[in-house]
Amino acid sequence: MDGIVELQRQLVEYTTSLYDEGFLDDQFIQLQQLQDESNPDFVVEVVSLFFEDSQRLLNELANSLEQQSLDFRRVDAHVHQLKGSSSSIGAQRVQGACIMFRNYCEVQNVEGCLKCLQHVKNEYSLVKSKLETLFKLEQQVLAAGGTIPMP
Amino acid sequence: MAIATESEFHVLAVDDSIIDRKLIEMLLKTSSYQVTTVDSGSKALQFLGFHEDEESNKNQPSVSPINHREVQVNLIITDYCMPGMTGYDLLKKIKESSYLRDIPVVIMSSENVPSRINRCLEEGAEEFFLKPVSLSDVNKLKPHMMKAKAKDDQEPTKQGPEGSETPETQSVQPQQTPAQSGNKRKAMEEGISQERTRPRYSGLTVI
Repeated sequence: MDGIVELQRQLVEYTTSLYDEGFLDDQFIQLQQLQDESNPDFVVEVVSLFFEDSQRLLNELANSLEQQSLDFRRVDAHVHQLKGSSSSIGAQRVQGACIMFRNYCEVQNVEGCLKCLQHVKNEYSLVKSKLETLFKLEQQVLAAGGTIPMP
Repeated sequence: MAIATESEFHVLAVDDSIIDRKLIEMLLKTSSYQVTTVDSGSKALQFLGFHEDEESNKNQPSVSPINHREVQVNLIITDYCMPGMTGYDLLKKIKESSYLRDIPVVIMSSENVPSRINRCLEEGAEEFFLKPVSLSDVNKLKPHMMKAKAKDDQEPTKQGPEGSETPETQSVQPQQTPAQSGNKRKAMEEGISQERTRPRYSGLTVI
């Protein structure tokens, strides 16, 4: 029993740090609240879709930015999609990096766009590993017979 | 009774993002609505049984049953920014169609562009939600579906006061301004008691 309580404490602490450091915002809480007995894997499913979609968009962005004649509208369309999906799961820092990226698209600044792509990639990798750790902690709590503390 | 009524409502959700489809589907199901999701405006029209050809030939006698709405859809909620047909294009097609225009349409967008919002509302959208859509947004859908349903039920006999707000009967009150109809809508929402389908949603604290 003490083991479960300790694991739950770790989970709450870790989750709190993700909000405090701005990796996640309230939208992620909304996802967790939508999850229920009839859809116990809802959050993991949506986040997995986010990972797949983001990876695809980041690849597309890298390709688009390599082209000789840069199509800024195309780049902006990809960033727009990434901004939307990151805001839908509450990946606040990725969303912020996308907003900055779109500003450089608007003024057609290639250097700025390349820097922003790197920034977005970094933020995406960070939140991906944070979420994976979060899900692992949740699994440990469940495996020990505990319940996930609701936000 | 409230729950039985709600589950009768069928919402068609249109979004090109699979993440947002998943999210809106869950929000609507949590509110006990029947949900169908599609990834484009053209698939939405297909689902509704809309065909451009039949629209242009609608004056000719038709033996095709497709002019009737075979699938009952009580509300359409669509993303604004989609490749190909935008949510605005979809809204226009629906409002121009004689047999679809009574279905309430709600637009969602991640961008807060006032001119865009006004354009959609002027074209007949009931609401404009900023993304990400929340449960409190979804709670605003019910009055629109109730209103459309009530109108549908009463259509041949009498027109309720609620009916005067719809485009078909606007000629009764030609001087009606958007501001007035907005107040009316608000008043209606207040008149209908809001079911708390998920009580645990309230009183939550951010950790």
